[in-house]
Amino acid sequence: MAKLTINGKSYDLDVDPQTPLLWAIREQAGLTGTKYGCGIAQCGACTVHMDGEAMRSCSMVVADAEGKQITTIEGLAQGGVLTKVQQAWVDHDVPQCGYCQAGMIMAVSALLKAKPKPTDSDIDDAITNICRCGTFQQVREAIHAAAKA
Amino acid sequence: MNEITRIDRRSFLVSAAAVGGGLAVGFDFPAGGRGAVRANASTPELNAWVVIKPDDTVVIRMVRSEMGQGTITGLAQLVVEELECDWSKVKTEYPTPGQSLARKRVWGDFSTGGSRGIRMSHEYVRKGGAAARMMLVQAAANQWNVPVGECTVAKGVITHGASKRTLRYGEVAEAAGKLEPPKDVTLKDPKDWKVIGQPMKRLDTLEKVTGAQIYGTDLKLPGMLNAAIRECPVFGGKVTSFDAAKVSGMKGVRKVVQVGDSAVAVVADTWWQAKSALDALPIVFDEGENKKVTSATIDKMLEEGLSAEQAFVGNDNGDAKAALASAVKKVEAVYSYPFQNHAPMEPMNATALYTADKCEVWVPTQDGEASLAAVISSSGLPAEKCDVHKLNLGGGFGRRGAFQDYVVQAVRIAKEMPGTPIKLIWSREEDMRQGRFHPIMQAKLVGGFDAQNNLTSLHIRLSGQSILAAVRPAILQQNKGMDPLVFQGLAKGGEHGFGYSIPNLLIDHAMRNTHVPPGFWRGVNINQNCVFMECFMDELAQAAGQDELEFRRKLLGKHPKNLAVLNAVAEKIGWGKPPPAGRFYGLAHMKAFAAYVAAAAEISVSADGKKVKVHRIIAATDPIHAVNPAQIDRQVAGSFVYGLSALFNQSCTVKDGCIAEENFDTYDSMRIAQMPKVESIIMPSGGSDPWGGVGEPTICVAAPAVLNAYFKATGKRIRSVPLKDHQIAMV
Repeated sequence: MAKLTINGKSYDLDVDPQTPLLWAIREQAGLTGTKYGCGIAQCGACTVHMDGEAMRSCSMVVADAEGKQITTIEGLAQGGVLTKVQQAWVDHDVPQCGYCQAGMIMAVSALLKAKPKPTDSDIDDAITNICRCGTFQQVREAIHAAAKA
Repeated sequence: MNEITRIDRRSFLVSAAAVGGGLAVGFDFPAGGRGAVRANASTPELNAWVVIKPDDTVVIRMVRSEMGQGTITGLAQLVVEELECDWSKVKTEYPTPGQSLARKRVWGDFSTGGSRGIRMSHEYVRKGGAAARMMLVQAAANQWNVPVGECTVAKGVITHGASKRTLRYGEVAEAAGKLEPPKDVTLKDPKDWKVIGQPMKRLDTLEKVTGAQIYGTDLKLPGMLNAAIRECPVFGGKVTSFDAAKVSGMKGVRKVVQVGDSAVAVVADTWWQAKSALDALPIVFDEGENKKVTSATIDKMLEEGLSAEQAFVGNDNGDAKAALASAVKKVEAVYSYPFQNHAPMEPMNATALYTADKCEVWVPTQDGEASLAAVISSSGLPAEKCDVHKLNLGGGFGRRGAFQDYVVQAVRIAKEMPGTPIKLIWSREEDMRQGRFHPIMQAKLVGGFDAQNNLTSLHIRLSGQSILAAVRPAILQQNKGMDPLVFQGLAKGGEHGFGYSIPNLLIDHAMRNTHVPPGFWRGVNINQNCVFMECFMDELAQAAGQDELEFRRKLLGKHPKNLAVLNAVAEKIGWGKPPPAGRFYGLAHMKAFAAYVAAAAEISVSADGKKVKVHRIIAATDPIHAVNPAQIDRQVAGSFVYGLSALFNQSCTVKDGCIAEENFDTYDSMRIAQMPKVESIIMPSGGSDPWGGVGEPTICVAAPAVLNAYFKATGKRIRSVPLKDHQIAMV
């Protein structure tokens, strides 16, 4: 059993505490916006926020997430209103297949919280997610647009 | 017995699953064309492509798969152009391949590969839109009792000019659906296009930024269980034994099953439980003779092919061998290109529900009909008891079309547990081990000059793997053993025609197949062929002491469209003028998938030659007609990410018969920091040439343009991919 707080909601989950957080979010909490891509913290498709910081949820276990505030892609838009990052993603038509984009948006949202006006170099350092479709050009445009919004 | 069950399964498999080889089947058109079957009366549709609801919502049905390339948006634009409806009211949906079969394949080919989504269906989807418009306007004219010629239509509103009366599409759709489809449909002249050619936003973005889009891995069905699988990592090997008792007591585990003769799966309540149990499951494989194969033994086999007597001739004119023998000067080089995995972000997966009476599969697939064929064959049920529900793909790149191995596995597992939906997801490691790999190839190129430094002869000997030998052997039989696809970009005319005119030319292929299964990988054979050809063109120009652009121009005189894209990138990058200090340029071009593409790269290199920064790439593409320039721009930039990741970082090596690279730590992919600025020049030449593709063609020009620039920077010619093997990194 584990008690997790995801998107402000408390979950009592019947899960082995050594389960990767990613799979508890997807399979026990049923929030599938957070994706499995590699399982070894390389690709970033599983990125969530833990107490506001971007973390790769495939490589941390449920036990270490208890007592923390976890935010997933489903927790960004409130009342159907997109965040400025999500809105910039729509305005700049960023996603191609979209599979990596939840993780990308979570990583960018954390970056903008830490650095509201990131430079290109800040972006290069902070955003290390893999996108096999190759949306990086639009991602960069959208980050700058969100920073200005 | 009806029509469907009498389809010869072998021919169905071949026609339904043909990918990458330009094998589009010429189906007749919707709206009552030959072979088409109209829906039953309860389906509120105008024809197979268009459904209009009373609230004016326009549902456009299409069978090409969306995997990020924007095809559903582009296809919708084609329909809407002729339908004259309101773009903001458009929704799209996928018919199932089972529905299509039941209607005599009214939707035609489902295959989404070979950059064919738009170029091979633009005519019939536009006709579907036009036919629907004509029926809607006719229905309004009938209601008003006026001649149809007095009515006009714009954005889904029909107006009778004289009386100024109007009707919305939603108001006449039901009546229109009862009319006979028109016999003759005239399409707009391209100069009158209002929607085609516009940078429309994609129709499917919102759900991708909120986490709401359901991919195959996200599917939930009532009572569903999850499966993880391990197939013998040596291709061709078999399962000898496994000890299910060791894991059957683990939490959540429901069943351990052998899948075919080469794989074992664990079924559990959750996927993580299934995967954990699979990792703990002792499995003994009989790896067979292939265990002895390594990259070194494969390389040796290909090297032998470079000078072998027997080879299939794909393109020739004059007498290259004689001309080379008498050439005043000869230039020779050997290049190589490795196996590569597609590595889409979403690993292979499929969900199957089997009962004695029905088998349904939910799967991200590039070819719904190929998936259906796999369901039919693996379930043992007749076609009408099988169906496939397509889900949008988390990347495809060619892995999810011709190959439906994961569908077969899911059905086999589901057959062991009738009535329970089984979601099979591959781990990334399984996905990397069990790819259908970019074919491995070597090439020996020899060019000969006369006394005036004119290139008079060229022999390109390819040696390596044939995709079609493994995937479509029937095509080899039709070509006396030759795989025509090997010559993409080097072929004698056609959509992959060779652009250079050389008096004595020979391009041939010594087929050397390995036990590693090859597949159609974004761009297919243009990736290696463009590296071989376009790097060697630079080598030839430099040997002749000529400018690399001028050298190409002289040989492209007969192919103005090739020349036009090359000139466009050269002009924009400022070829011929000195680059900024520390920067170096490289060029490449090709005709691929009926499009003409070129790139000019600008790079800088660290003093030791080990760090390369690709600053920008100018890319030109002439796809003849450009449906959505914004999406084409994204496909160009995206293709460079895929192509440059491959150039710098990606090879799948063979050790003890298996693929050694199992995840992104050893098979790296570009990040945003490495992304060059991509400036695309979209230059559709229009006219009546066959439309060109978009998703794949440009991928091939990035690597040779960068390699040519690297030579300019360092004087060192790199002739094998990936650059990490030369300790060269992309920064």
